[in-house]
Amino acid sequence: MEEVVRIDNLSFIYPDGQPALAGVSLTVNRGERVALVGPNGAGKSTLLLHLNGILHTDGQVKVFGKAIENGNLREVRRRVGLVFQNPDDQLFSPTVFDDVAFGPLNLGYSESDVRESVARALEGVGMAGFEKRSPHHLSLGEKKRIAIATVLAMSPEIMVLDEPTANLDPRSKGSLISLLRQLPMTLIVASHDLELVRAVCRRVVILDEGKIVADGSAESLLSDVVVLKAHGLTGD
Amino acid sequence: MKHSFIDQYSDRDSFIHRLDPRTKFLTTLAFILAVTLTPPHRWQAFVICFVVVAALMALSRVPVLYILKRSLVIMPFVLLVTVFVPFFKENGLVLLAAILVKAWLSVLSLILLTATTPVPRLLEGLERLRLPRVMVMVLSFMYRYIFVLVDEVMRMRQARDSRSSGGSRLWQVKTIGRMAGTLFIRSYERGERVYAAMLARGFDGQSRTLNNLSFKLADAYFTFVVVAVLLLIRALSLWGG
Repeated sequence: MEEVVRIDNLSFIYPDGQPALAGVSLTVNRGERVALVGPNGAGKSTLLLHLNGILHTDGQVKVFGKAIENGNLREVRRRVGLVFQNPDDQLFSPTVFDDVAFGPLNLGYSESDVRESVARALEGVGMAGFEKRSPHHLSLGEKKRIAIATVLAMSPEIMVLDEPTANLDPRSKGSLISLLRQLPMTLIVASHDLELVRAVCRRVVILDEGKIVADGSAESLLSDVVVLKAHGLTGD
Repeated sequence: MKHSFIDQYSDRDSFIHRLDPRTKFLTTLAFILAVTLTPPHRWQAFVICFVVVAALMALSRVPVLYILKRSLVIMPFVLLVTVFVPFFKENGLVLLAAILVKAWLSVLSLILLTATTPVPRLLEGLERLRLPRVMVMVLSFMYRYIFVLVDEVMRMRQARDSRSSGGSRLWQVKTIGRMAGTLFIRSYERGERVYAAMLARGFDGQSRTLNNLSFKLADAYFTFVVVAVLLLIRALSLWGG
């Protein structure tokens, strides 16, 4: 098994003094589909922002066997794609085409490669033909798909998604889940939507108050009512 | 929430729509320059300018009523600035009329430009015309986020209205002030998240774009005709009766 992510005792405190992560250690192997589950404020998003060097540390986070540092940020960001929770943050260009082309252009692809990877990515999320549309005229479900396409276009080996089903209606959620199931790469999904987790991930990591409190197979953890209740993951 | 398009009708098809955005931008600029340089009493020149805009409007097949309505939205501001002119200048009324006509003609040409060019294409054109990249980016973010902000304001207003009715005038003003402050902070935070999303896709401060634009023969003809007419107008206002 090839190790693609290795986090050693990672702690993080936001500049305003609020602690977010307290000694997190985690390894992810190639091809795994890991759900990062936890209540609001558990530190899920903060952890994700470390995976491609948006938040810096000194060497506690290794991807593909190498510590993330300034010299290899470009390489890391190509191989680890991050999809943000709110597509209005992720999609910032005037047209869908510009947005999906943004990553490939930054990677220095040639013009024909850029066009080809944009077409492939939009095809992959079922949004071919939307190239000239503006994001503010799309529905939330459509925006989420485009947001995934913007990352797919860079052909990442690890796809990291933050709350992909947040605010979606059941139908859009269903179709997004089947899209995620088709993705071939390693997946790390932060969510407290247990329906999504059950459908997409084999492994579940529970995070609470900045610490990993459980790590195991989805079947066993998601049926463990005591653990779920202790960390605010069931309503009753 | 659903919004109207800033560049309504720009997705239609006509001779004017198909022109390169750079052609349209530069000829619009030249037109405005010619209009502004025309002396106030040369009403014949203004008539020709109007005929030019009217002809282009007809060619563009954008509904005339739409253009006229839009232009009327802007005119009150012009009036506000110019209304005192007659009191301070000799021949003030002629001057006032000329300024209003000039402003109206310029506004018409700008509406025609935005109604026949999708904003993203226009931005692309500006970039190819070597407008500083950072300005193009600011404009493109503005286009992208203006409706996101409008939504934000509408939600805040609904939240306020559902909890407050009446109150003193001062109280209402204070509430609006606080809403403006909140909007600013939310936009600032969004800016940081957007920047993180840009970084995540390899942004390194350099901006790279693809070139989708190319001048065609029609652009050359169009530029030639417009410039010829403008020169004629110029000549008329310099030597004509």
